[in-house]
Amino acid sequence: MELNLYHLNASAPAPLKAGVVELSNDADPLELALEGVNSVRLYFPKFTDGRAFSQAVMLRKRRGFKGDICATGEVLIDQLIQMARTGFTSAELRADQDIEHGKRLLKHFKGFYQGDVINPKPAFARTDA
Amino acid sequence: MVLPKSNMYQYTPFDREFIRDRALQFRDQLNRYHAGKLSSDEFKPLRLQNGWYVQRYAPMLRVAVPYGELSSAQLRVLATIAREFDQPSKELFEHAQAMQDKIGTASSAATIPSPRLVKGMAHFTTRQNVQYNWIPLDKSADVMDLLASVDMHGIQTSGNCIRNITSDERAGIAPDEIADPRPYAEILRQWSTLHPEFAYLPRKFKIAVTGSTEDRAATAWHDLGLQLHKGKDGNLGFKVLVGGGMGRTPLIAPVLKEFLAANEVINYIEAVVRVYNRWGRRDNIYKARIKILIKAERERFAQEVDAEFERIHKEDHAPHTITDKELARVSALFEVPERVRSNQGVISSLTSIEQPALAGELANGFTRWLKQNVSAHKLDDYRIVTLSFKRRGQAPGDATAEQLELAADLCEKFSCSEVRVTHAQNLVLPWVHKKDLHSLWLAAKEAGLADPNIGLLTDMIACPGGDYCALANARSIPVAESITERFKDLDEVLDIGPVDLHISGCINSCGHHHSGHIGILGVDKDGQEWYQITLGGSDGSNLGGVSTPGRVVGPSFSAHEVVGVIEEVLTFYTQNRLELEPFIDTLKRVGFESFKGVANAARLSRAPADAMTS
Repeated sequence: MELNLYHLNASAPAPLKAGVVELSNDADPLELALEGVNSVRLYFPKFTDGRAFSQAVMLRKRRGFKGDICATGEVLIDQLIQMARTGFTSAELRADQDIEHGKRLLKHFKGFYQGDVINPKPAFARTDA
Repeated sequence: MVLPKSNMYQYTPFDREFIRDRALQFRDQLNRYHAGKLSSDEFKPLRLQNGWYVQRYAPMLRVAVPYGELSSAQLRVLATIAREFDQPSKELFEHAQAMQDKIGTASSAATIPSPRLVKGMAHFTTRQNVQYNWIPLDKSADVMDLLASVDMHGIQTSGNCIRNITSDERAGIAPDEIADPRPYAEILRQWSTLHPEFAYLPRKFKIAVTGSTEDRAATAWHDLGLQLHKGKDGNLGFKVLVGGGMGRTPLIAPVLKEFLAANEVINYIEAVVRVYNRWGRRDNIYKARIKILIKAERERFAQEVDAEFERIHKEDHAPHTITDKELARVSALFEVPERVRSNQGVISSLTSIEQPALAGELANGFTRWLKQNVSAHKLDDYRIVTLSFKRRGQAPGDATAEQLELAADLCEKFSCSEVRVTHAQNLVLPWVHKKDLHSLWLAAKEAGLADPNIGLLTDMIACPGGDYCALANARSIPVAESITERFKDLDEVLDIGPVDLHISGCINSCGHHHSGHIGILGVDKDGQEWYQITLGGSDGSNLGGVSTPGRVVGPSFSAHEVVGVIEEVLTFYTQNRLELEPFIDTLKRVGFESFKGVANAARLSRAPADAMTS
């Protein structure tokens, strides 16, 4: 899964299109109606608020959601790696964020110990194969 | 020089590349911070998750020591960092000392002598880590590279994430061990390292693992405590305690699961942390720890964890179930060292500890050290030796570069190149043959690390406090020093016997004051330093009994009253104890109120209204 990066246009926020839903930070993704939904927007009120990471994991793993999951709110390049690994497919970055640098950061690590949305098995189970 | 391999986890090429990449990532973040591309607020959680704090005068680095285990090669690099990097500029150091001197004069109550600030020093923490107080931030990336050269880092030693995992300092060597907890601690370390979903939890999350009948890791005081034990069918599993913690609201973790199959431990913790990530409070940092959630909603929390654990199995197919192969791979690295295996039982002619003819004073010193600092080992011919970092003239747990190197020499010569950092801020040598005890004692004495005070009053725990820490309300080190000086007579300290004395400079409780048989907590009232004293706390070890926070003795005391109060409380104990009854047992038998009365009678002046009650 690729993480699609773009800048938030704060002066002219686009109205929500059909098929796009916003899920509030304290809502349970297991209860979200997903019929006809192409994109779920998850919100980071602060970049240090990690609830949306769990929400994205639930949407992918438990709901089998295949559409876009977009990170909104305070989205900074240093959290992109967590977003990519928890199942986000797009990120609406704050205007001052360097997208090219963000792309480099996404490729920084060659691998991780624990499983995630992209590679559900942990490293120890992968080497078993 | 190729050093002998210790019997500890050996990094794979993947592990090594991973921490090098982590060090590079940090260098990039630091560069962007210096270039103004990352604000202080945005850099803060990034540096914290690499162990970098900003303290009173300088940054502080906390180096991770997973479950307290270190090789001699790592000790030597820690020494190098102390010598070469824990060095503030002359101006900064003088400025800091001048500011500290002002505290001394501004506070009329602080009439006790205050030691000078120190540099070129490492400090052992109550979570088995190592801290430095003076490394300039612009050198931080170089230090991370140096640490990575010996498979070390500062990953997740701070921040609102799963912190470095602690364990029993006697893991793998204790006679009362059911199973070695280190393979599980290591597997959990790997799983929790840079976990994408749990990098920004409501608050920090601390895990401790133990595998013995005695709890030497204070597991019930942790966000999550794991105790290995055998189930009815003889299979290995964990008792899982969730929701303990110190701080403003000291709470003992209740048992959330009586028996969890050992290979399920990651799956279960994933469920616990996911539920916590969703429901933990984010509006008030003092109510954000998991203990608050458990206290308020334990039943519901347990139900949600069970439901989530079931979904991890049914829907995700539990991918993190620990495989036999992985457990075998990691366990093999913690086996008894070859040198020990080949020695064990061979020197059978030595039925007792070698003790050359010693006269009077010297013989007495060795005997005391054997009794106090040397413990039984799971192997008959071996002993567990604690090097004491509690001595006059140095803060509890402080070690100079030279002392770290001396400790490295000792562990290379006598302990298969391995040491353990203890939560009581000392170092343990895990593999000492009994025939070597006398030579080791002589060498440790020479190095100044053989004070026979382990477990005694002067083996006190203390945080760095207001001399270094920006969070502290009061200084810990002058109080620790005044007690050390008052009780410098070893005969008296031996007569008093085992006492856990714990000192914290603020309610964050890094000095574990809540769990001390005697606890001292620094509080700030109208800009002055005062100290609240608690009695009867326990860390859950056999001596202290069931984990419990100590009870507060009246209003706070001034710094110069503290020593007198401790003295009166201990005198009352020695007058009232039954034969061989330790302090904590007399306190329980005679009762808190009697001891409280004695402590309050030692009050010299009346403290202003207690700020902590607000």
